[in-house]
Amino acid sequence: MTLTRGTVVIDREACKGCDLCIDACPPRVLEMTTTVVNTIGHRFPLLIAPGCTGCKACSQICPDFCFQVYKFDEPKEIPWPVD
Amino acid sequence: MDTELVGQRVVLRTDRRPDDATLVDDFTPELVDVGAHHLCPGCGEPIAIRSAVECIAELGAVERTISVFGIGCYTAFSNNLDIEVLQALHGRAPSLATGVKRMRPDALVLTVQGDGDMVNEGLQEVLHAAARGENITCVLLNNGVFGETGGHITSTTVLGQRTKNTLDGRDAERDGYPILIGDLIASMGGTAYAARGAVNDAGNVARTRRMLAAAFATQERGEGFSFVEILTMCPTGWFIETQESPDYLADVIAGTHQIGVLKGGDVPKGDR
Repeated sequence: MTLTRGTVVIDREACKGCDLCIDACPPRVLEMTTTVVNTIGHRFPLLIAPGCTGCKACSQICPDFCFQVYKFDEPKEIPWPVD
Repeated sequence: MDTELVGQRVVLRTDRRPDDATLVDDFTPELVDVGAHHLCPGCGEPIAIRSAVECIAELGAVERTISVFGIGCYTAFSNNLDIEVLQALHGRAPSLATGVKRMRPDALVLTVQGDGDMVNEGLQEVLHAAARGENITCVLLNNGVFGETGGHITSTTVLGQRTKNTLDGRDAERDGYPILIGDLIASMGGTAYAARGAVNDAGNVARTRRMLAAAFATQERGEGFSFVEILTMCPTGWFIETQESPDYLADVIAGTHQIGVLKGGDVPKGDR
């Protein structure tokens, strides 16, 4: 099971759907919505699986400051996928 | 961690802060008052300016920093910043910064300009400031287009680059060759530090931040003119999808404007 060392809080309403965070994420745990948009009509990123390392790549590359990054005090094992 | 259903998909919750974790990066650094801005999706300029103001905060120089902004898309972003900002005429930021630094030698003085502003409109300003060895830091946000007016060709547009008036790419026979401004400034005697970074991926953002820190340190030591060129994405002006712009920057723009330290400083391995 993949250890999860960090997580993000995402300001979905600030996102303009540019996709830069998706390729920037080393563990590839971000993915854009495909059927849902925010109130200004843009797709936004989702944390689709455990494995975030809290590396800040997403927050540093985001032009719209949509990410807050946290590191867990202890790495976690998160059961996945959930039913 | 909790999960939620978005559309038809079960994902991890990202709408509230976790109880058992430490904040390592906030939405905006302390010197960006408001994150919301009207720049286009995928624009590289807020990323570059964020790096610069984070360096200023790390340096502890917030109270004595005076920035001079040129004219371009990034000018609107100056309202979001919690640092002193002077607005220069188009292309004239290095001259205004010269006056500020000479009157306030203790201040950390930087200019923020685009390629249209610095290299087209006011090339002589920055060259003369570099030749005089003015103890200021000039930051160039280079995307190879006049973004604010719709993406027209500039003097730094590389051969083959798409712009509004070169949709098939810049052609040397018709449009001439680009000015490699970073290399030109590095060749000036008064230049103590010159470097070219980019914000197309997290690694280059970190590398660019080190370049900005080195440039500010050069100014603090009073060694002379320092210059950091930052290659930024402009998917709107390049007429490409936002997700293609980091690779377009790496393959097309950085193929000509090569990333690395151009003069002075501690040159990290592989940066030449």
